[in-house]
Amino acid sequence: MMGDAIVTLLDVDKFFGANHVIKKLNLTVQQGEFLTLLGPSGCGKTTILRMIAGFEDASAGSIEVQGERVEDKEAFERDVNTVFQSYALFPHMTVFDNIAYGLTVKRVPKQEIKERVKEMLALVQLEGFEGRRPDMMSGGQKQRVAIARALINNPKVLLLDEPLGALDLKLRKQMQLELKRLQKKLNITFIYVTHDQEEAMTMSDRIAVINNGILEQIDTPKEIYKHPKTRFVADFIGESNILEGQVLDCQDGLCRIQLETGMVLLQSPNRKPADPVMICVRPEVMKYERSPVDGFSLPGTIKDIIFVGAQYRTLIVLENGMEIKVNRVKPEKDLKEGDSVYLYWEPEDALGIGDLKQGGSVNEQQ
Amino acid sequence: MNSSDTVKINSRLTKRRHFKRNTAPALAMAGPVTFWMLFFVLLPLLYVIFISFMSRDLYGGIAFEFTTENYTNMLKPVYLNVIWQSIKLAFFTTLICLLIGYPFAYYIARKPSKVAAKLLMLIMIPFWTNSLVRLYSLGLLAAPKGFINIVLQKLGLISEPLQMLHTNGIVVVGLLISMLPFAVLPLYASIEKLDKSYLEASSDLGARPAVTFWKVTVPLTLPGIVASIILVFIPSLGMYYVPETLGGGKIMLIGNLIRNQFLVTRNWPFGASLSILLILITLFMLWFYTRVARLDELEVF
Repeated sequence: MMGDAIVTLLDVDKFFGANHVIKKLNLTVQQGEFLTLLGPSGCGKTTILRMIAGFEDASAGSIEVQGERVEDKEAFERDVNTVFQSYALFPHMTVFDNIAYGLTVKRVPKQEIKERVKEMLALVQLEGFEGRRPDMMSGGQKQRVAIARALINNPKVLLLDEPLGALDLKLRKQMQLELKRLQKKLNITFIYVTHDQEEAMTMSDRIAVINNGILEQIDTPKEIYKHPKTRFVADFIGESNILEGQVLDCQDGLCRIQLETGMVLLQSPNRKPADPVMICVRPEVMKYERSPVDGFSLPGTIKDIIFVGAQYRTLIVLENGMEIKVNRVKPEKDLKEGDSVYLYWEPEDALGIGDLKQGGSVNEQQ
Repeated sequence: MNSSDTVKINSRLTKRRHFKRNTAPALAMAGPVTFWMLFFVLLPLLYVIFISFMSRDLYGGIAFEFTTENYTNMLKPVYLNVIWQSIKLAFFTTLICLLIGYPFAYYIARKPSKVAAKLLMLIMIPFWTNSLVRLYSLGLLAAPKGFINIVLQKLGLISEPLQMLHTNGIVVVGLLISMLPFAVLPLYASIEKLDKSYLEASSDLGARPAVTFWKVTVPLTLPGIVASIILVFIPSLGMYYVPETLGGGKIMLIGNLIRNQFLVTRNWPFGASLSILLILITLFMLWFYTRVARLDELEVF
């Protein structure tokens, strides 16, 4: 599915006044992939998108689309199209005129415009809505019009700026799958901006996690979840318990780690004694027993067992006051709130943040 | 009596109590305005309509004999010419106001609001001086031995003083000076509300800036454009003191004609019918405005 690079950002910097919002960003987007820029609000992900679209100039560095530098091209000269966060449908035009706009301004013959708009309406399942005005439509319908309008020019890259943000949860889930289907069908590169990690997980071929204008990690959703490279990624993607400690000794890649309030095991190929280490343990792999398990001695007290629908969530407080989240489909029968327990996990389930991938290859970064 | 009846009666009772409680303050607030509109607008207007159908008596008073002559009189070439001249001057004033006002309003609207407020202030400041003083100063500047002619002569650009006073040109300039803020303010209001993402979307879809301007910016600011046309065009028709101070009595517009009917030739019925004509033109333009505004569901005022 992935071929050549279609969008390349090289050492891109962006300042707004004295604000350094994008810092030496290097990013390669592959032909035909669904790439998500994921990060908290204000992290610079929308700015990246706007620089690719041509609405903002990069302060330094270069941006290439299909091997061609585009910094000197205006937005209307670039072969990329955007689906805006607020849709930005022209309120004085009908659905037909909105979708046709990209062709109208290129003076495409009327008959051809008609056919193409019809195709687009079929693609987004809005046949029969030609004569409506945007203010007579629901959020989901406007969304589809915005997508159709952006796709009619056959862009090489479609940029989507939090396009589902204004929709309710159910519609959002449905549109996620539809967007994914559309992207597969048209084989267009999608660059998608969102702050919703679940959305990113559902749709993306690859996710680029952005924080504070820095690319923290770019990889497949699975790799990002399983092997977060930084503390921020571990924290932002999914839920995690992050424990800080120091390596005591290692044997065949199995290390004993000294934490503030106990001792744990971590499978890690590249650690030396006395190295500081951050361990990320997802709530679903965290376990606990009444008595210590081989190699572990991390005591805590059960604070709460909460039923959250699909599973039970147990909160366990360590001796230093830190709260550990544990998710279970069923609660351990004989344990209740206030009981003292010992935490442990299968050493291969926990991750040392910044560890090499299993298999040894280093992720591309910065 | 079943319970639903009770509910109905109760709700009727509360409604009545509600009404009483709310009518008094409503009347207190709307009353003065209603009184004002009734006695100072509606009744005088009806009286103007009434005398516009009466005749003039020998001594310049009103003879209460019905006639439509005051309206058919307007069709005489001499009056048609005045109406035509007025519309022409008002049209050019409006056009130039738009051509100057739109770019200016656009420029202000794209500035941060603090800067915008200061720039708007700048066009308001001249309006704190009396408009007659401003017009007479313009007349002094444009006089045969005025500042402009002297400078041009000293520079050797002209040998004879230009005849600027008492021309249509100077009257249009006078009207422009008087009307420009009325053009800029509604334009500013509607351009300022224009969401930048529409312009970005247009550019994104491949439209050059000029195309974006005609296809997106102008239609979306149309209510502002029409509002400023109305606010400039209508007063320009009736501002009789501008042609009087700058036109030297040589330029006769509807406003001057009406004034003369009442104060000089003392033909009140004809003056009244001309006033009605102005009102009709105004109403027509307002109707036109509401149509345009409704079309886009965008409000300016």
